Amino acid sequence: MLKKISKIPFNGTPEQEEQLRAVIEECKSDKSLLMHVMQRAQHIYGYLPFEVQAMIADGMDIPLEKVYGVSTFYAQFALSPKGKYNISVCLGTACYVKGSQEILDKICEKLGIGPDECTKDGIFSIEACRCIGACGLAPVMMINEDVYGNLKPDQIDQILAKYTD
Amino acid sequence: MAEQKTTAIKPLNKMNFYKKQQRLALRNCGVIDPESIDEYIAVDGYQALAKALTGLKPEDVIQIIKDSGLRGRGGGGFPTGLKWDFTARNSADQKYVVCNADEGDPGAFMDRSVLEGDPHCIVEAMALCGYATGATEGYIYVRAEYPVAVKRLEIAIAQAKEYGFLGKNIFESGFDFDLHIRLGAGAFVCGEETALMTSIEGNRGEPRPRPPYPAVKGLFGKPTTENNVETFANVPQIILKGAGFFAAMGTEKSKGTKVFALGGKINNTGLVEIPMGTTLREIIEEIGGGIPGGKKFKAAQTGGPSGGCIPVSLIDTPIDYDNLTAIGCMMGSGGLIVMDEDNCMVDIAKFFLDFTVDESCGKCSPCRIGTKRMQEMLEKIIEGKATMQDLEKLEELAHYIKENSLCGLGQTAPNPVLATMKFFKDEYIAHVVEKRCPSAQCKSLLRYVIDPEKCIGCTLCARVCPVDAITGEPKKLHVIDQEKCIKCGACMAACKRVQAISRI
Ligand SMILES: Cc1cc2nc3c(=O)[nH]c(=O)nc-3n(C[C@H](O)[C@H](O)[C@H](O)COP(=O)(O)O)c2cc1C
Ligand code: SF4
Ligand code: SF4
Ligand code: FES
Repeated sequence: MLKKISKIPFNGTPEQEEQLRAVIEECKSDKSLLMHVMQRAQHIYGYLPFEVQAMIADGMDIPLEKVYGVSTFYAQFALSPKGKYNISVCLGTACYVKGSQEILDKICEKLGIGPDECTKDGIFSIEACRCIGACGLAPVMMINEDVYGNLKPDQIDQILAKYTD
Repeated sequence: MAEQKTTAIKPLNKMNFYKKQQRLALRNCGVIDPESIDEYIAVDGYQALAKALTGLKPEDVIQIIKDSGLRGRGGGGFPTGLKWDFTARNSADQKYVVCNADEGDPGAFMDRSVLEGDPHCIVEAMALCGYATGATEGYIYVRAEYPVAVKRLEIAIAQAKEYGFLGKNIFESGFDFDLHIRLGAGAFVCGEETALMTSIEGNRGEPRPRPPYPAVKGLFGKPTTENNVETFANVPQIILKGAGFFAAMGTEKSKGTKVFALGGKINNTGLVEIPMGTTLREIIEEIGGGIPGGKKFKAAQTGGPSGGCIPVSLIDTPIDYDNLTAIGCMMGSGGLIVMDEDNCMVDIAKFFLDFTVDESCGKCSPCRIGTKRMQEMLEKIIEGKATMQDLEKLEELAHYIKENSLCGLGQTAPNPVLATMKFFKDEYIAHVVEKRCPSAQCKSLLRYVIDPEKCIGCTLCARVCPVDAITGEPKKLHVIDQEKCIKCGACMAACKRVQAISRI
């Protein structure tokens, strides 16, 4: 499985770090608890950025490449954070031919991030998805649970403005 | 039973859905409070453990399991008593018991129901296995998507410790046993026993070559017995009531019951527990209440992405391990998906193969590369671009992958393709030679057409078409340009009142 590694700077808080250190302290005597520690770390941070993986590697005395290897093997471990609002643009056939790539490009340009990335303020993340079964409304995108259809690139600003914080 | 003329509610055991069922593995599910050890004790809970620890030698326990004829419910059907015996015979400073609760078959939830409904039964069974094989520690590897099961297991383990059913010197017998829970993280291959152990050890869950078998070198390099949840769920009753009680149910070589998750095109979906030897017809027509919408039954898939389909011509096959293997299917862990005449079997085969391609761990090339190539060939067939030669190649490759993959995932991945090719070769040939999908499912091969007799020229279809493939003046006949059409079906949905558009 190919996973996209986040380019957003790490902005963990001291409280989060304290929690993680406590988890590591509790588990470090048993190296087989690596996945368990990673699961709890993901719970604390929402994802597993390099910095967190390095802290785990250090604390558990396990090579970083092994921690990284485990993080990429299991579907559940996320290397990129999701924004508060996750935008999925449909790149299914119907949407694609109706120009959903243009919509996706426009959103990426507007937010300054690429697919599978998250904005620095943690508000938006973008992903491309497969047909969501609303082809009649193509091109379609979803922001969390809200569906937007018959999209045109010039509507994007207006739609994103609804999701401020 | 006398014919009843009234419409009174029938007792549960007289309803078709329940009449043919027999609850053994699921006996306590929904009956007792899973978070109360006292309720479990009230239904003879921990009696089997008491009986074994105070009156049976470890080899006696193994003999009872052997005599019962219990076989693994995780898919393979390996005799459980024999498996325990292998571990028992290997001496080591430490041995383990592992419970496989990774339940990866999409759509199956038998193990989940047992864990959520009767967690103490698994705790008791694992302690029994530990006693029989000489293991003092156990691990339950649970799918991460089952948080309720994890919570109930945690409660059960804590309660069992408090009551002295886990821990040191259980029932003053000198036997110690402790249990741990580990969570999976979303990798199907971790259901394979060696991968599961590698994962418990905190690694990427890649399978290891066998031999050495887990009974020799398993978890942390120590002799290990690994069983499925449902297998364990049968153990306490066998010990308590004796081998004969269990061996009296089922067929000659498959004893007891099996739980299935009935799904797909069937009226009653859900879990069913039936004695081995029940026919597929009984499951579908009587327990399942038949196919919705008066459609015809076409086939049922057992064993999920590792299994195969049973066609209508074999609907009277008694379901047991050996009969299913004989027709090229497998029992699997209990997924049972019913398909009707509208399902395209090539499409179904591809659906399962897509799953395996996603889940192949990539460690060995026959599986990693081979399944991908098979997927491409199926795509060609579905798009009407394949030749008869491709069909031959597909079959050849399927056998090659089966024989050369490292673990069970790759070794069984081609099964859905091979089974559908065996029973539904005509459908493959229709796609390849006639460029036609007999069930009108495969998008590239089907066409949407407007019936000139029915079209009233309302323009609705033309307005919804996302690619402007439909032309026509208002109030005049509309036509679909097949070159442009992407087969999204929007027009047919829009024309639902006049029903002038059909899919062929
Ligand atoms: C790819 C693959 C996935 C498997 N998934 C499961 C599973 O989810 N649950 C399970 O109990 N067994 C699964 N198995 C079977 C196990 O490897 C093992 O045979 C079984 O758990 C042994 O227990 P049993 O003898 O009690 O059936 C899987 C096997 C393979 C090859
Ligand atoms: S058969 Fe597939 S899943 Fe199994 S080891 Fe090989 S690549 Fe991995
Ligand atoms: S199926 Fe879709 S693309 Fe084809 S004509 Fe109808 S609406 Fe247009
Ligand atoms: S292709 Fe986008 S909704 Fe179907």
